[in-house]
Amino acid sequence: MAEQRQAVERPLSPHLQIYRVTITMAMSILHRIVGVALYAGTALVAWWLIATATGPEAYAAFRSVADHWFGQLVLFGFTWALLHHLFGGIRYLVWDEIAAMTPKAADRITWAAILAALVATVLVWAVICTMRGAI
Amino acid sequence: MSASKKDMRTPLGRVLAHGSARSGTGDHIRQRVTALAMVPLALFFTGFLVSLVGADYETARAALGNPFIAVAALLFVVAAIMHMRIGMQIVIEDYVTGARLRSIALIGNFFFSYAVGLACLYAVAKIGFGG
Repeated sequence: MAEQRQAVERPLSPHLQIYRVTITMAMSILHRIVGVALYAGTALVAWWLIATATGPEAYAAFRSVADHWFGQLVLFGFTWALLHHLFGGIRYLVWDEIAAMTPKAADRITWAAILAALVATVLVWAVICTMRGAI
Repeated sequence: MSASKKDMRTPLGRVLAHGSARSGTGDHIRQRVTALAMVPLALFFTGFLVSLVGADYETARAALGNPFIAVAALLFVVAAIMHMRIGMQIVIEDYVTGARLRSIALIGNFFFSYAVGLACLYAVAKIGFGG
């Protein structure tokens, strides 16, 4: 009986490759990836806080890594990841209010979140570069 | 679903922890509430960190030692560890198959979240109390 039941071919639910890629779908995937990246990034925040709590030498060690070009690249990525997850996440709070539920509106707030994150990241780093120049 | 005559549990006892006992949405709601809390906190700390660009040790320590900043930092850390623990748990439950590997990943998620979270809380408290 059990074997017979297994032989029945049941329809499978369609997976990613079946659907046309939409911006909300891509953003959903990216939201998770960025979330996982931020998860790892919290270790850097912990390092900075512990270093500041420990003393001048530990702080200087953190600064030497953070000020290195690769450290700066990581921090730039961290900034974008945080802002992207932040603006992207606000969409979920909007949808929880049963607002922007039509495909058109959903697409619109998704593009808005992507753009807002990019603009905010560039603004933040423009300020940082200006401050660097002034020092 | 009729209970057998030998079942001495109360109707409530039978359904608790078996699905629809009004507890299944706990993590979902927690994820939204911590997200809501972190919207202003994340924006504030982005600005705060930018203000510390190029700061020396004394400046950074003094800035973090400010009680308002310290309390905001503690709130941010608490919200963030709850949020990241739930988020990573969802990712693990979705993609990690195999009971053993999944258990290891879920336990590792708890360990990492609490270790990072408590390290941050301890550091902020130490700076605040001037130890």
